[in-house]
Amino acid sequence: MSILVDRNTRLVVQGITGKSGSFHAKQMIAYGTQVAAGVTPGAGGTKFEGEVPVFNTVHDAVKNAGVNASVIFVPPPGAADAILEAADAGVELIVCITEGVPVMDMLKVRRALEHKLNNGVRLVGPNCPGVITPGQCKIGIMPGHIHKVGPIGVVSRSGTLTYEAVGQLSAINVGQSTCVGIGGDPVNGTDFIDVLKLFNEDPQTEGVIMIGEIGGGAEERAAEWVKANMKKPVAGFIAGTTAPPGKRMGHAGAVISGGKGKASDKIAAFEEAGIRVAPSPAQMAETLMAMMKKG
Amino acid sequence: MKIHEYQGKEIFRKYGVPVPKGVAVKTAAEARAAAETLIAETGIPVVVVKSQVHAGGRGKGKVYKGGEVVARGVEVVVKGGPDAAADAASRMLGGNLVTIQTGAEGTTVHTAFVEQGIAIARELYLGMLLDRDSRRVVVMASVEGGMDIEKVAEETPEKILKEYIDPVTGLQGFHARKLGFALGLTKEQVGKFAVLLSGLYKMFVAEDCSLVEVNPLIVTDKGDVMALDAKVNFDDNADFRHKDWEALRDLAEENPTETAAKAAGLSYVALDGNIGCLVNGAGLAMATMDIIAHCGGEPANFLDVGGGATEEAVTRAFELILQSPAVKGIFVNIFGGIMKCDVIAAGVINATRKLGLKVPLVVRLEGTNVELGRKMLAESGLAITPASTMLDGAEKITGLVKAAS
Repeated sequence: MSILVDRNTRLVVQGITGKSGSFHAKQMIAYGTQVAAGVTPGAGGTKFEGEVPVFNTVHDAVKNAGVNASVIFVPPPGAADAILEAADAGVELIVCITEGVPVMDMLKVRRALEHKLNNGVRLVGPNCPGVITPGQCKIGIMPGHIHKVGPIGVVSRSGTLTYEAVGQLSAINVGQSTCVGIGGDPVNGTDFIDVLKLFNEDPQTEGVIMIGEIGGGAEERAAEWVKANMKKPVAGFIAGTTAPPGKRMGHAGAVISGGKGKASDKIAAFEEAGIRVAPSPAQMAETLMAMMKKG
Repeated sequence: MKIHEYQGKEIFRKYGVPVPKGVAVKTAAEARAAAETLIAETGIPVVVVKSQVHAGGRGKGKVYKGGEVVARGVEVVVKGGPDAAADAASRMLGGNLVTIQTGAEGTTVHTAFVEQGIAIARELYLGMLLDRDSRRVVVMASVEGGMDIEKVAEETPEKILKEYIDPVTGLQGFHARKLGFALGLTKEQVGKFAVLLSGLYKMFVAEDCSLVEVNPLIVTDKGDVMALDAKVNFDDNADFRHKDWEALRDLAEENPTETAAKAAGLSYVALDGNIGCLVNGAGLAMATMDIIAHCGGEPANFLDVGGGATEEAVTRAFELILQSPAVKGIFVNIFGGIMKCDVIAAGVINATRKLGLKVPLVVRLEGTNVELGRKMLAESGLAITPASTMLDGAEKITGLVKAAS
């Protein structure tokens, strides 16, 4: 088992002929993901790499290629449109990689998809590395080769810090069930809690690494949920202890504003909920392993 | 992105949000002319001269020249008309304004805003911002106008009224009525408040704001409702659909290294320490700062070269870090991922050769072709210290910087 994606996932790549879309489509195919279709308006009828059928619309891709998941590489001005198109076409899992989507667009997207998101449709991102179930399906831009099949779920707001956690796990020969990057934007589709719920019910997942960062209150809410509901050990890390207030640290969502979103508050919330916090980002895997040996 | 009060009020006017008449000035002569015009047009002998800097707390701030306090951040010119306005502006302009938000070093006043005087009956607070938890624009209002609103929120949260706006239907009349009557406005004033609020919300959405604050929002002695201040922040992600923002930027208010980084497509934030950091990915870049502090060092910057670090980005990033004289050592922490480590190693080696590095350099590489990358660094003949993990790297650079000082 795993969460969100597996070997049966049939993927459509929105923006497949763009620079990063085409590069990562090839990487995903090489990993073994079933890339069943691409979408580029106006390029319908052609084939990507001589194999993957390209359609003008996501509706065509759903109808003719039976896709059930989408990954979006469309640049920021068209990203909200692409998300809404995928949802309208009936795609169940939408992963938006695009960085730099205006917050106002995401407010409207979240509101428009409210009903669908409460009824099984899932949006991951934007501004995220994607979702990977090692050995089965990679949707996104993460380096596939660092992953191993195994019992640990990883959920994170950061891309390369997720790779860091995965690298630490794989280095001690501990594999991952599924790794989910929920993205670094202030308004996103999937929250920590959504992913934790899935890991809690997934028989393959035995422990979870949760990586947060400064800004917003998602970590605090997740900690509360963990305290009340989580049956599995969770270790965590919060990036940005040394970040100054009022400055956006790379991610649009990583900013301490009005005294809210500080790392110290999030770390306290984690500890209060029994989530063991790694003393440094180099010790995420060992922190979880120490918990799991005791439990 | 932040803009000045006078620019914010210009946009307010466009959306029908009432503001006093005012003119932005760069010299004392311009201030005199502005005051003459305002006094003639309004018939009010009082004008207000306000320093235009991005930091808040201007009203209580002090302007320094040569170590002496020469002006307040905001001066009300009750008597003396245009000459007194010119005098206030001449003291403010070119001075160093220190407020609770600027820190002790302060910020230079390049522009002043001369505004008509207004007889104030009540001072209120009005703010709009994007609430990420509810995923709504939230409107906040309070009778505690003119105060430090963060302090009010902390000490007396019940004094801040909030309305969450559904993006589908937008701001409705009832939102304005609920807030207006709760603020103790009369029926006529609530009507005026509703017009102002509706304009402000339209502006917030159309101009891709992330924050709009009016502190104070005033009721005049004639019962008019008016924005006496304007703090406006934009969502940088939306800059592609606002070509006019470029003209609103004030480069004097920005850190020059941060501006250069932005132009090069890098994300950089200057910090107070002495260990330069070069990292790919925002989360890892923050974590790198944290681990340096964990090892007893002090990071000099946040720098994200992007998830897929390229050779050019690495070279440009090195140049930026080395512009700071405070930097006594550099830690490169790259999780290569899809980018190959040998390519990144080549970038580090080329940048080091080109720039003639004189401070210790520790490099931690991880990802594809990591062995080849490390071998290239070792064989480069350059004084590059390799690290096996980010903890190892942080310990090494902290040790090297301490040993050198």
